[in-house]
Amino acid sequence: MSLTSDPPIDTTTPATTADGADDHAALKVVPVRHPWRWAAIVATVVLLAQFAHGFITNSGWEWGVFAEYFTADVVLKAVWVTLQLTFYGTALGFALGIVLAFMRLSASRFLQAVAFGYIWAFRSIPLIVQLLFWFNLAYLYKELKFGIPFGPGFFSFDTMGLVGAMSAAVLGLALHQAAYAAEIVRGGVLAVDSGQLEAAAALGIPRLRQIRRIVLPQAMRSILPNAANEVISLFKGTSIVSVMAIGELFYQVQVIYGRNGRVVPLLMVATVWYVLLTSALSVLQHYVERHFSKGTTR
Amino acid sequence: MSDADAGRTMVDIKAVHKSFGTLEVLRGIDLEVRTGEVTVVLGPSGSGKSTLLRTINHLEKVDSGWISVDGSLVGYRRDNRATARRASGKGGGGGRAGKLYELSEREVLKQRTQIGFVFQNFNLFPHLTVLENIAEAPVSALKRPRKDALDRARRLLDRVGLADKAGAYPKQLSGGQQQRVAIARALALEPKLLLFDEPTSALDPELVGEVLDVIKDLALQGTTMIVVTHEIGFAREVADTVVFMDEGRIVEQGAPGDVLDAPRHDRTKAFLSKVL
Repeated sequence: MSLTSDPPIDTTTPATTADGADDHAALKVVPVRHPWRWAAIVATVVLLAQFAHGFITNSGWEWGVFAEYFTADVVLKAVWVTLQLTFYGTALGFALGIVLAFMRLSASRFLQAVAFGYIWAFRSIPLIVQLLFWFNLAYLYKELKFGIPFGPGFFSFDTMGLVGAMSAAVLGLALHQAAYAAEIVRGGVLAVDSGQLEAAAALGIPRLRQIRRIVLPQAMRSILPNAANEVISLFKGTSIVSVMAIGELFYQVQVIYGRNGRVVPLLMVATVWYVLLTSALSVLQHYVERHFSKGTTR
Repeated sequence: MSDADAGRTMVDIKAVHKSFGTLEVLRGIDLEVRTGEVTVVLGPSGSGKSTLLRTINHLEKVDSGWISVDGSLVGYRRDNRATARRASGKGGGGGRAGKLYELSEREVLKQRTQIGFVFQNFNLFPHLTVLENIAEAPVSALKRPRKDALDRARRLLDRVGLADKAGAYPKQLSGGQQQRVAIARALALEPKLLLFDEPTSALDPELVGEVLDVIKDLALQGTTMIVVTHEIGFAREVADTVVFMDEGRIVEQGAPGDVLDAPRHDRTKAFLSKVL
């Protein structure tokens, strides 16, 4: 059902005067011309053609080498590692982010302050510095113990074994992501009309249900575009963990061109993979957003 | 509702004060509403009408005084031991020896299921269909089986004349239709008391009538209601009691014929001369 309707077109209106001077319906409409628009189009087409020509004819791109490595096992494995880093970084990051967002929205000054402090700290530290910290965690803490706070521990882990390169990377990405996710979720919750919570409260709907059924589905509308930005930026940001010698896409490509010297085609391998998967994420975003736009008019 | 209930006190408001910062919005309100009666609250903007209504279901906490609905305090529980001591004949000190315990959020929510509230801006849930809007609270707050709740929601929609809109989303309805859905949503909890906060103020003039008709219909069936409104004609026709508020106080109250046609206070006269 549409909420707007076109104004009725009245085709029966007769000419206002008999002499035909005001009878616009009988006249031919001449559209306005845009000569400069055509000039701009021609110039742009020429530039695009030059670019495409160079792309195809310049042997420096070495498309043969590109084709050889694009689906090579070692590259596919690296793509898989990149996807895993993105997935765990996003999942853990947003899980912690939601907790932090509701801490900042809570009535307790203490919880607000802790969440604010966390977000302040992790937005201030460059991701690469933080990653190297986690990678070197074993220097600070030899083992992790689970037990009574400040008391005896029940079981413990060797930090060296626990925080391997991969888990250090996931930890770093997730903790970094959580700070941004928290603000995005908080923004989304704040964007929901306060009357919605009031109505839910007046109806006696239980607190958790208010959040899950009333607030979050509406907040998702403003959370999603920003969250998709974050996921995509994290996806590309995983290339940063190449400093920790993890075999993700960018690191692997560097290793290969370090061996064979074919820098350009191998950078293109990485580029095309990043573009393809980012496009897939954008398509996914479209469908998820459509799901959460039920009942809205725009 | 049985006739035996009629005339019993449903809402009892005693010496209620409420401030927002330095602004005192309610300055000592006393009001009693009997079961089956319709009370219409009139008054200029900022007179505290809406705030008073919102204190009755604890959307606003009172600073002092107390409110009870159908015999139970709103938002608080009285210390039983103090009551027992007083009942044993010891106390001349009233409730002073006892304590009032603030109810937990869960208990407050449970209390609210007995008090329906209709907002000026409807506040329907835009991402749920009309039917889901009505069935949500019975399912999640009263733990009714989903199927029963949906059946009942359909009957309520029929009652407010919107049986064909069950699958529509709120944005697809006119303001008047949305407010009728909001009334059906409040009725779905089978509340003892219905509160209306300017239910027609956000509506186009030609849609006011359809909403007032639904409210009138409820009044005829003996629903206990408090209605904050600017519709004097509605007050005259439906109200058992009209209350006029100004600057956080009840200036006068009584039968509509008395308050609307022969107001005793100058403030009431001045207000009515402007709106009539």
